Amino acid sequence: MNTAETPFEFFTVSYLTRIGNQSAGTMTEFLRGLHQCSDASIFHHTFQTLSSHHFLTEGFSNDFAQWAHADANREDLAEQLAALDVRDYLSIAALRSDLCRVVGDYCTANPGLSEQTALERFYFCESLEVTLPFGLTARTMEEFRNGIVHLSHASFYFHFLSSRLRLQLQTNDFSHWLANGLGLGTLADSVNHIDIYTNTLDSARAKVLRLIDRERRKG
Amino acid sequence: MSEVAIASRIPLDEYAALLGEGEIDELRLLAKPLRGRSIEMINSTAVGGGVAEILNRLLPLAEELELNMRWDVMTGGDDFYGVTKSFHNALHGAPYHSDPKDFEIFLACNKRNLARLPLDAEFMIIHDPQPAALIEGRKKNGNHWAWRCHIDLSHPNRQVWDFLEKFVARYDASMFSSPEFARELPIPQYLFYPAIDPLAEKNRDLDPEFVAQTLAHYQIDPLRPILTQISRFDRLKDPVGVIRAYRIVKRYFDCQLVLAGGSASDDPEGAEVLKEVQQEANGEADIHILELPAWAPLGVNALQRASTIVIQKSLREGFGLTVSEALWKKKPVVASAVGGIPVQIIHKHTGLLAHSIEGTAYQIRFLLSHPEIAAKLGENGHEHVKENFLITQKLKRYMTLFLAMARAK
Repeated sequence: MNTAETPFEFFTVSYLTRIGNQSAGTMTEFLRGLHQCSDASIFHHTFQTLSSHHFLTEGFSNDFAQWAHADANREDLAEQLAALDVRDYLSIAALRSDLCRVVGDYCTANPGLSEQTALERFYFCESLEVTLPFGLTARTMEEFRNGIVHLSHASFYFHFLSSRLRLQLQTNDFSHWLANGLGLGTLADSVNHIDIYTNTLDSARAKVLRLIDRERRKG
Repeated sequence: MSEVAIASRIPLDEYAALLGEGEIDELRLLAKPLRGRSIEMINSTAVGGGVAEILNRLLPLAEELELNMRWDVMTGGDDFYGVTKSFHNALHGAPYHSDPKDFEIFLACNKRNLARLPLDAEFMIIHDPQPAALIEGRKKNGNHWAWRCHIDLSHPNRQVWDFLEKFVARYDASMFSSPEFARELPIPQYLFYPAIDPLAEKNRDLDPEFVAQTLAHYQIDPLRPILTQISRFDRLKDPVGVIRAYRIVKRYFDCQLVLAGGSASDDPEGAEVLKEVQQEANGEADIHILELPAWAPLGVNALQRASTIVIQKSLREGFGLTVSEALWKKKPVVASAVGGIPVQIIHKHTGLLAHSIEGTAYQIRFLLSHPEIAAKLGENGHEHVKENFLITQKLKRYMTLFLAMARAK
């Protein structure tokens, strides 16, 4: 059995939502907010919300799309915002740029609609993250599997999804270690291709474990 | 002594069975760096009201995690509580007729409590406006103070808020139940949801036989759809509007309506509203107006579990934990988009929102026509509550706040 030189260290994470001082009642104000809000706010409404609403596997992708759909009643815009996949982005700046482009284009094409007042305002918030070592490390596949089984939703999300921003790579903590620690590139790729939009965190975890088990059977 | 004694501990393992070992391990990990460090919660009442109910469930959990958390209650006379009641209403936007004496009474009472409360814990959590001025007693040892506001400050009376803001701005952090309720403040403002306890009598699993007996007791037909609103008889809960929505639904579905709330006998306004509701119902056999005893958690639990659809048609709402209670029981909910309800009901995902009597009726008809969608909303709602509105999550947020405040210094 392979043993990694550098162990995988599991972390636990907890988030607080910080309420910002910005809000938007029209699409024009919403666009202004997207330009001006903090990086932490873009992260919160796209990445973090995917964790707190992970059980919704149909039609919910981020807070911005949900507001355009449910409160601003702009279905076409909501679809475009929902189509943005956080896994395609290596930086918040790039994600913000695309969000602003989509909403900006909509406002230009629909100047009248951009000034209409939504049912509810959108409030820009931020995530404040506190991480702590989980007290578990893994050098072998078995230890790694055991660690994943014991993670909370938040910790699984931290390693599997939000790590992409930390690593600035199109991968996640698990795949990164499987490829670089254990030299299992194919398994790393398979784990990285699990669709977080059509899985809950529980079903994504079950898929990771199944892929690991299949690899162990091969060995 | 002002310290509130908490009766019983709740073994964490019982929560693990509901939430999974990973979530409980995480609570233990977050608690570890906080062990031995003192936490003091202060509010204005030990019994009655949502804050006391939450603290009653939170402290035993904190004890399970070996956190050194105590709960003190400030004391005051009738004059003080009269003033804070008018402040409370004014902060909710009700008219307020300024009287300089009010502010003097408020400050004098806070000053008396400064002398009797320890206020020396490393983390001080002050709940609501009544004890807000206790920040005057902040020790020089640099302990951390946070103000938890449980009320809707979206349209406060200017004079009362200006008075309170001077104190609030001196805290290290503040917490609100919805972004809509927050104010522009020079200190960080965090989102802290109220919470329900899945193991409390109001929410724990019930024997179906008990649920059946409850329906039989109130002569409710278990074989026809049951629409339920659980709320005290208060105009802001719009019970008359609920009856009107039911009447629209009744044209299409042979259903029943249950309006259940606490006894109105000691509340003059409640009694008046109850009379209006009875007049609107006009003796219709399928409208069940139930005056429950003041403390009837099992009865409420059974009625919620027996419901086909739960309604919360409030005109204004703080947070509306009855929505979370229903969602936890996997019930489809139709509710007004007011106060903290949209935080719980993500429209078309965890329930349906409405903005009028007609809209409420339409959403109910839609769910009665599509039971598979109703069931899916109930499932999603349960997960939403599990992730965000349980007492374990609340404690986790507090621990995260303590760690964040400690790291910030």
